[in-house]
Amino acid sequence: MLRNGPDAFGWVTILLHWTIAILIAGLLVLGYVMTRPDIDPVLQFDLFQWHKSFGFTALGLAAIRAVWWLAGRHPASVAGLSTPERHASFAVHILLLCLTLAVPVTGWALASASTLDIPSFYFNLVVIPHLPLAKSAVAEALWTTAHAVLAYGLAGLVLLHAGAALHHHFIRHDAVLVRMLRNRWRDG
Amino acid sequence: MSVRLTTLTAALTALAGFALQVSASEAKAPTLDDAAGRYDIDGSSQINFKVGQVGGGGISGKFTKFSGTFQLDRGDISKSVVEFALFPETVQTGEPRIENFLRSTAVFDTASYPKIVFRSTKITRTGENTAEIEGNLTAKGTTRTEHFEATLTEWNRRVIGFRIQGGVYRTRYNMSVGIPIYSNVVQFDMMVNGEKH
Ligand code: HEM
Ligand code: HEM
Repeated sequence: MLRNGPDAFGWVTILLHWTIAILIAGLLVLGYVMTRPDIDPVLQFDLFQWHKSFGFTALGLAAIRAVWWLAGRHPASVAGLSTPERHASFAVHILLLCLTLAVPVTGWALASASTLDIPSFYFNLVVIPHLPLAKSAVAEALWTTAHAVLAYGLAGLVLLHAGAALHHHFIRHDAVLVRMLRNRWRDG
Repeated sequence: MSVRLTTLTAALTALAGFALQVSASEAKAPTLDDAAGRYDIDGSSQINFKVGQVGGGGISGKFTKFSGTFQLDRGDISKSVVEFALFPETVQTGEPRIENFLRSTAVFDTASYPKIVFRSTKITRTGENTAEIEGNLTAKGTTRTEHFEATLTEWNRRVIGFRIQGGVYRTRYNMSVGIPIYSNVVQFDMMVNGEKH
């Protein structure tokens, strides 16, 4: 089943969720490592380009996921969740959806506003144009700060989110994590 | 300074070692002996380069500190020698972060290799006022043979000027960073002026 069911996630949601999760986790580590001041300059240049290509991939998938999320139905919450828990998880999911879009967009903006004017050559295949932003040191610094703050904010939220999922699985022994791992979970 | 074609032709003829039919008045017209000799490359020269980037545009810059000589042979242009050295530390692109990147180990590594040196090994006349210069370029500890096209642009008793153009593959000098976003070819377009020694 590709689409979400009344109490189960479909394969599209599951695949998008985990692909994006892996990409984002990698991009957070990559983003941190590549901005260390003592890094070799050739390695830094190459890592920046990989970061941009994978970042655009994450942006594309997050956009598809957002459309899929808006267009499709959402399975009912797992039984046993209190109303505040449902609200909290819903709020976190909305925030995660927004940040997975906002973080790469601010990255795109900082690359576009940069006075370095380095093209984004997506996996050395196709040039992704810069956003139509005026290039200046001030604008670049602003977008860089926004990108870093939102990215690390996203990292914190992901830890919370993953922690909650693990808590449900290992402490509360409910279906929350399992139904995001496989398509059919009937007896949840 | 404007240069007339006759002057160019005369200069090249002189450089090539052909007999020059000038009037006896030594004070006015340049003679063969005037053209031959040693010229010091002076600060009015422009050492410009460009590296293209995917999608158009690229990095344009110049080097502001350099030195060198032309030794023009009296009888035979092919025996002339061009020597040139530049200090990559003085690279200018208009963006300090790019300049620092170019100075770093990623590109010139100016701390370990402060000088880039060219010495011609063969000069071949290719036209009335053009020549091909072949020589050894040493950068970042690597020496390779390179070719440049020279066009005589100015010549009088004291001063000689050439426009020198040529492309250099930077992969040869262990400066491959950024390919293919930035072209492998560094395009040089230099106005090199010498003052008679
Ligand atoms: C979801 C996707 C992305 C994540 C999670 C992410 C994460 C990060 C992180 C954690 C940093 C390090 C911030 C710091 O410590 O200063 C960073 C830096 C950076 N990111 Fe991203 N990024 C993403 C997408 C993008 C995209 C799409 C681009 C550009 C097209 C981009 C361009 C950059 C650049 C250029 C830097 C370095 C900024 C600087 O000069 O310090 N990022 N990113
Ligand atoms: C970058 C990392 C991650 C992002 C951006 C992310 C984002 C999201 C989003 C937006 C949803 C809502 C999906 C929907 O309602 O269609 C979701 C659900 C879920 N995520 Fe993540 N996630 C990430 C990592 C993880 C990790 C590491 C785990 C587990 C350890 C996890 C476990 C879950 C679970 C179990 C659900 C389903 C919750 C429910 O049943 O409502 N996620 N995630």
